[in-house]
Amino acid sequence: MTAVLSKVDRGRAEEARPRSPRRYRLSKLDSKVSPYLFVAPFFVLFGAIGLFPLLYTAYVSLFDWELGDDNPTFIGLKNYGTLFADGQFWNALFNTVSIFVLSSGPQVVLAVLLAALLNANLRARTAWRMGVLLPYVASLVALAVIFGNLFGTQYGLVNNVLTTFGLSPIDWQADTFGSHIAIASMVNWRWTGYNALIVLAAMQAIPREVDEAARVDGAGPMRRFFSITLPMLKPTLIFVIVTTTIGGLQIFTEPKMFEPAGGSGGGSQHQYQTVVLYLYQTAFQGLDLGYASAMAWVLFLVVICVAGLNFYVTRRTVR
Amino acid sequence: MRHRWISVLICAAVSAAATTACGSGGGSSQSSDGKTELTIATFNEFGYEDLLKEYEAAHPDVKLTQRKTGQGGPHHENLFTKLGAGSGLADIEAVEEGYLSQVMSKSSQFNDLKEIGPKIEDGRWPQWKSDAATTKDGKLIGYGTDIGPLAMCYRKDLFDKAGLPSDPEAVKALFSTWDSYFAAGDQFIAKSGGVAWFDSSAQVFNAMHNQHKVGYFDQDDKLVVESNPDIKADWDAVTKAALKGQSAKLTAFSPEWNSAFKAGTFATKTCPSWMLGVIETQAGPDNKGKWAVTDAFPNGGGNWGGSYLTVPKQSKNAKKAAELAAWLTAPEQQIKAFQAKGTFPSQVKALESPALLGQTNAYFGDVKAGALFATQAKKITAAQHKGPKDGQLQDNVFSPALQSVEQGKSADEAWKTAVEGAQKAAK
Repeated sequence: MTAVLSKVDRGRAEEARPRSPRRYRLSKLDSKVSPYLFVAPFFVLFGAIGLFPLLYTAYVSLFDWELGDDNPTFIGLKNYGTLFADGQFWNALFNTVSIFVLSSGPQVVLAVLLAALLNANLRARTAWRMGVLLPYVASLVALAVIFGNLFGTQYGLVNNVLTTFGLSPIDWQADTFGSHIAIASMVNWRWTGYNALIVLAAMQAIPREVDEAARVDGAGPMRRFFSITLPMLKPTLIFVIVTTTIGGLQIFTEPKMFEPAGGSGGGSQHQYQTVVLYLYQTAFQGLDLGYASAMAWVLFLVVICVAGLNFYVTRRTVR
Repeated sequence: MRHRWISVLICAAVSAAATTACGSGGGSSQSSDGKTELTIATFNEFGYEDLLKEYEAAHPDVKLTQRKTGQGGPHHENLFTKLGAGSGLADIEAVEEGYLSQVMSKSSQFNDLKEIGPKIEDGRWPQWKSDAATTKDGKLIGYGTDIGPLAMCYRKDLFDKAGLPSDPEAVKALFSTWDSYFAAGDQFIAKSGGVAWFDSSAQVFNAMHNQHKVGYFDQDDKLVVESNPDIKADWDAVTKAALKGQSAKLTAFSPEWNSAFKAGTFATKTCPSWMLGVIETQAGPDNKGKWAVTDAFPNGGGNWGGSYLTVPKQSKNAKKAAELAAWLTAPEQQIKAFQAKGTFPSQVKALESPALLGQTNAYFGDVKAGALFATQAKKITAAQHKGPKDGQLQDNVFSPALQSVEQGKSADEAWKTAVEGAQKAAK
């Protein structure tokens, strides 16, 4: 048998080789190269809209480059030096982190609780599940306009409610902490439902058997939630927390829209100017591209660090 | 479709990093049928739609496209980004007065209209209007379109209640100087029961500041905020009045400011011609007849707003574009634009046109608004020299600093912050 087979094989091979070496080479090339071609669109696009701007921004950040300038002057790392001595930048970084903590913390906790509720046996389940996604569907700008009105200083609904209960109204524009709360509530309103749905999907992937086994062993709902559901959600929670971190540290539209007349200063004393808002103001109103680029890079590094830290902490603490 | 998406994505990314060229539209020159194609980019309403059709009918070899942007902000950001990119601008770009200083600092990228444009009669515009668009070496960058001469708007009913004269002639005395204005404010708030005298410190300060021959920068673009006594004097006068309670502490053009017109929480407003429409919209039909306007403004006249038409060097048909711009900004055409959209013409001759002088405003008690603002326009004497960062100082430094005083910061500290901010922005 083997002899016959190998003979046939050899015969085929001998036939094929002399007949068309070019086609052979082509097909070899095909099998070697075409997979790269198939994945190329992603890398080409990533290169053009991801990598290139990233590297070019680093290049620009080494110049005193005014938007529209023909001959920018090379100044090395001076932009970074100025940046680290710039009080407004540190203030913006503080605001960003503060708004991020005020939004992301409650948001993730609420999302998990909401998912647990939605996971229960509810009537009209799909309606509830779609309902939590509604804020995400609404246009962010429209949302910001509405929240801007709610948190208006003199005619806002929130202050009206506060005064009816005998509390003193809060100047949501002037007060640093107040403005952060207002902006964070905007973020939470929009993103909690979205994250809840992601967590819900993960919750439904948890095998029923594990839960039932615990139930047989006499574990109550709280115990089952903390000892089974939460640990098994870990990969999803890591994903949610990392994406929230990245989004939260790059927050722009909400504080931009919160400024009543559409400026980019983030309040009269930059009470709620975030890093991206400061970056935008520097680049497109101050026209100082070099400095803005340096800021973009520092923010990029900060985001990577914080996201990495969150990744590490989440992996350690959620068992 | 997909190609377009990809190029849109790439353009977005590239212009986000604000880097190199991403040419799509712009000065493409000849269409297939041999016509010269010209594009004109404007914002808000210039009232040019019918005029462009008229021009096309008279010039069969020209094809016109108008690119309209809703708001001034995005229009000018686009302008500066594409100036930086080196392509993508329209043949004619409109520039608003507030952004003119930034455009002037990049004057090398715009055509000198004296050189490429058609011969234009002397004195088409008031001196100050054309001076503002003329570089130090005498190049004319833009043709003036419209202006915003300042008058004073006030609430008749609130004046009556507080025992101030409310007749348009009698109130003029209150609005003759800034001193008399603030003094009347003291009188007003003493009896008004919580109603403020003006809407926002920044609004008053900007009008005061713009009246000086020298503002934030001297003729050599050197920052003189600290050494110019006029600025500090304005600052002191406004903050003093605000601390007494004359300011309603609003941010102009914010939702709260809009609501305040309905609620009637302030009694006077610095009022360029286009503000009448804003007040009518915001105060609404319920307050009809309560607002009035008079042809007086403290310390003379002033201007807020108005635009220019420029021809960037990117344009491949600069000569023809300049011809069109010159035609559009001639008095005859600007009067038509005024009739279409109410843009107040800047041309000397247009200010004498019966169509303008006869215009009345029903919301402000049938006042002869056209004639009133024409009078105010003639009171404007000279253009203040604007440094390249003038707009920035006004919007991002002084206005927020004045607002911080209204929010409770001490005036001295806020002044220090403003001076530091100005030095940083002008660096």
